[in-house]
Amino acid sequence: MMPARQSDTMLNAATTPPLGQAAVPVLDIDNLYLEFPVYKGAIRALNGVSIQVMPGEIVGIVGESGSGKSVTAMMSMRLIPENSYRVRTGSIRKSGRNILQASEKEMRHIRGKDMAMIFQEPMTALNPTMKVGRQITDLIRRHTSLSAGQAREHAIALLRDMHIADPVQIFDAYPFELSGGMRQRIMIALAFSCEPSLLIADEPTTALDVTVQKQVLMLLRERARKTGTAILLITHDMAVVSQFCERVYVMYAGSVVEQGITAQVIDRPAHPYTRGLLGGLPENAEPGAPLQAIAGQVPNLADLPGGCAFRNRCPLQGEPCSQIPPLMPLADQPGHSVACWMTAGEAAHV
Amino acid sequence: MATTTAVSPLFSSLAYFWYQLRRSPMMLLGLLLITLMCLAAALAPLLAVHDPDAIDLGSRLLPPSAAHLFGTDEVGRDLFSRVLYGGRQSIGVGIFVAFMASVIGSIIGCFSGIIGRMVDTLIMRLMDIVLSVPSLVLTMALAAALGPSLFNAMIAITVVRIPYYVRLARGQTLSIREMAYVRAAETFGAGKPHIVRWHVLRNALPPIIVQMTLDIGNAILMAAALGFIGLGAQQPTAEWGAMIASGRNYLLDQWWYSTFPGVAILMTAIGFNLVGDGVRDMLDPKQKVK
Repeated sequence: MMPARQSDTMLNAATTPPLGQAAVPVLDIDNLYLEFPVYKGAIRALNGVSIQVMPGEIVGIVGESGSGKSVTAMMSMRLIPENSYRVRTGSIRKSGRNILQASEKEMRHIRGKDMAMIFQEPMTALNPTMKVGRQITDLIRRHTSLSAGQAREHAIALLRDMHIADPVQIFDAYPFELSGGMRQRIMIALAFSCEPSLLIADEPTTALDVTVQKQVLMLLRERARKTGTAILLITHDMAVVSQFCERVYVMYAGSVVEQGITAQVIDRPAHPYTRGLLGGLPENAEPGAPLQAIAGQVPNLADLPGGCAFRNRCPLQGEPCSQIPPLMPLADQPGHSVACWMTAGEAAHV
Repeated sequence: MATTTAVSPLFSSLAYFWYQLRRSPMMLLGLLLITLMCLAAALAPLLAVHDPDAIDLGSRLLPPSAAHLFGTDEVGRDLFSRVLYGGRQSIGVGIFVAFMASVIGSIIGCFSGIIGRMVDTLIMRLMDIVLSVPSLVLTMALAAALGPSLFNAMIAITVVRIPYYVRLARGQTLSIREMAYVRAAETFGAGKPHIVRWHVLRNALPPIIVQMTLDIGNAILMAAALGFIGLGAQQPTAEWGAMIASGRNYLLDQWWYSTFPGVAILMTAIGFNLVGDGVRDMLDPKQKVK
């Protein structure tokens, strides 16, 4: 059976039932084509990406470097310098509002208040010359009408929520006095300070050691649950996704190649690329055997081959792969879809 | 706002400052020199036994003695009093010039770096033009064009020093602009003025402060040079450069005339330079270990 090709079908299928009636997604990226013009041509960074995040949901985007996951995150907040990119088609909506058409001034009010972002480098993401507390209260006062005293109260309460034992002391500390994990908590406090409806976390734990990683992720989830904030987690780590996210998008060369409920995707990866990623995890390897790696390299985005972008690295390639595969839902798992001609049909029989 | 938690933070930072001072004796020496010169200038009315401008033709060109510690000049004015009062002019010029040039220069540089594109190119080429002329020549030309007076000399020196700060601040801005905390501030909705004020200027400050401290000495020397060639302070105002210039004619027989103002310039300039070096080492923790 040949599944429907329209992207609408897959968008509807992606909506998660448990969070129910709230119909408007906090983030709705629809069929986005984005490129960076360069000398003679363009780097095609995003090729028809569609991603939806419902209120309160925790969604992961996985992919290796150059797959377009960070561009997607930056673009969702419109943080890529204007004039350096071109949107060919598609839209990004934040709670129904078109981000691509908002003015820079409107964006400055959305950023930090309605959607926030935390970064990979907690060591440098805080201004070294300002006390931590001042940086939090500045943000609170930028987006709310609280007085200095109220903002201070609020900031200290936030720090306490971050499980920081002595919030009053930390409030008056400079960033260099704090550890990496502590700084990342401050960043999370900053991100949650105005209770945004969406938090984009761009590899928030990459720079931290493993024990701290887990604490930070737990903290993120706990806060998100409490404030009803949705999280879009960008990572290259399948293990983090499997523990943390309800749904996951797998990106490759600027396209979503597979998406679905995390458990489904992990249990039965349908795209050969996802299988490769999971196969590369140390915990899935047989003891003593060398780790599996995906052969070949990410294609050059300035010069994508025709057809499926994964074709030249794919173990399953066949006749139809010279056409670009759309996302096709698996017959027995409607929330789970894959952009692969070879496995979309096969998986349905398993 | 309710503040003050532990012991006064001012006290603890003073204690830290003292701890650092003890580890750099040269800076301590510099500070001593500056304090000495500044005190002498500030307390000139108390210390000077004679009126600096009082002419007494009966006691011209007297060698140093108990009555005239530094001797007298060709019209019998007490050189000790003149050196003290001259310090007010020279040190004042130095501080004013370094302060004005650094404030104006770093603001221009910061905005140049943030705005970029045409504005940046325009400003930087303009600064290159100023820098392409030897600074003393340009200062002289400016001071001469404005008319010889201490105030005009001050303006001329300021204008000539500005480009150094513009370049410094712009370089800092360009690197700070790429720091994660600036990007983070953008993602939290901060506007450009906020970023310049709280992130860029604050973090660009250390090298500018160092340059400023070093520049005070430079500016004093320049003001003295202008005074020496007659473009700075005018008679009868006591000013070190001008005093050296008039003493030049008597150098062989009345050594004290040029020597004491010269030593004063030397001590002040060395003082500010030592402190400038010390401040640089303090603000750069990597260098301090050496």
